[in-house]
Amino acid sequence: MRLTQGQFSFLPDLTDEEITRQVQYALDQGWAVAVEFTDDPHPRNSYWTMWGNPMFDLRDAKGVMMEIDACRVAHPEQYVKVLAFDSSQGFETVRMSFLINRPAEEPGFELLRSEGPGRRIGYTVRSYATGRPAGQRYGGETRHGP
Amino acid sequence: MSGVADLPDLETRDRPSDAPSIDLDALYRESGIGGMLAGMDRDLVGLRPVKTRIREIAALLLVERARRSIGLRAEPPSLHMCFTGNPGTGKTSVARRMAGLLHGLGYIRRDHVVGVTRDDLVGQYIGHTAPKTKEVLKRAMGGVLFIDEAYYLYRPENERDYGLEAIEILLQVMEDNRDDLVVILAGYRDRMEVFFRSNPGMASRIAHHVDFPDYEAEELLEIARLMTAGMQYRLAPEAERAMADYILRRMAQPRFANARSIRNALDRARLRQANRLFEARGSAIAAADLLTIAEEDIRQSRVFTQ
Ligand SMILES: Nc1ncnc2c1ncn2[C@@H]1O[C@H](COP(=O)(O)OP(=O)(O)O)[C@@H](O)[C@H]1O
Ligand SMILES: [Mg+2]
Repeated sequence: MRLTQGQFSFLPDLTDEEITRQVQYALDQGWAVAVEFTDDPHPRNSYWTMWGNPMFDLRDAKGVMMEIDACRVAHPEQYVKVLAFDSSQGFETVRMSFLINRPAEEPGFELLRSEGPGRRIGYTVRSYATGRPAGQRYGGETRHGP
Repeated sequence: MSGVADLPDLETRDRPSDAPSIDLDALYRESGIGGMLAGMDRDLVGLRPVKTRIREIAALLLVERARRSIGLRAEPPSLHMCFTGNPGTGKTSVARRMAGLLHGLGYIRRDHVVGVTRDDLVGQYIGHTAPKTKEVLKRAMGGVLFIDEAYYLYRPENERDYGLEAIEILLQVMEDNRDDLVVILAGYRDRMEVFFRSNPGMASRIAHHVDFPDYEAEELLEIARLMTAGMQYRLAPEAERAMADYILRRMAQPRFANARSIRNALDRARLRQANRLFEARGSAIAAADLLTIAEEDIRQSRVFTQ
């Protein structure tokens, strides 16, 4: 199963050149670019681990690409995403977010049904990966930050 | 005729229609460096040898780009430079213009200079230096990294100094990221020479050395005129003579810093002018008074009493 999340979820994985151009676009808008990673792929998991601080004083995407490369080398078997935060008044929110790395094996999600009163069915999804403790889900150790 | 059959390449290359031709002048015009070089001539007084060197480098890079455009040796040329000279001789100013030239010629992606000194690169404890240096490199990527007084990175008297760690990271990036970053080292000439002698790795990566001479007294006066005009002031004729005297005296004193000393002197003259006008605030002040630096604003300097 191939996880899709965020912007460009309908596209094949971006190449490094495409990532560079997206990052440059974000920097040109004056947005702070951050790199985050996780081994919990649930779509409602909004607490990914930060790879270093958000980068807001860069001019050129190459500086961000250095951090992206470092994060992917440290966590080849985890999900890594790039975020662009717009701090200007009225937005103050994430304007871009897209995946830039994924584990080689993605076991996907289990659909759980629970029957309630009146035979009503509640649904929930659970990723198979999170059945194992954090850090052991896709193999490899977890290291925080550069 | 068999010779021709053996050398089909030569045959086609000799035919003018197939020979790629390059309009160097078009490249020159579209790069915008003509305007930049003219701006440098106009805004920077003197500096003959420096301007000549910058022109040579610009010509080299323009031709290199033309060569690249027809597929000759595409390996990026080494662009790292070293600017040597005493304080206030224009190294920082020229570095900014160099970034403009490199950007116009398409050798760097952004027209920006990140200026740093040792303290921005070297940390206080183990594990502190690498992240600091990398942080600076990230900011400088795509443009020019200007390292002022670069020799302070190397402190041989302390064998556990973290400066070497910064130098090693720099060397790596200067080699691996030639397309992403141009490094300009700056500082006193003699100290830079000592630095290069103990850091051959760094010396071998610097392709261009530019030496900045001290200014002559007349050049400094011309710089003073340019600076006053730039600040929207003007020197009264007697004030200009006072400035010429000031320059001769100041040059003979310790810690003289070329054009920087002139800028500082003018800043203080502005302060005295403002005070003078403030004291006279009872009466009307003409617009010309607001513009003019008078003789006394300069003659009151400590330089004349010492
Ligand atoms: N040739 C020159 N013409 C006009 N101004 C100059 C010239 N050289 C230096 N200056 C001015 O003098 C000041 C110090 O110059 P700077 O480039 O910082 O010198 P450095 O980096 O060698 O110490 C700056 O304000 C700069 O604009
Ligand atoms: Mg300087």
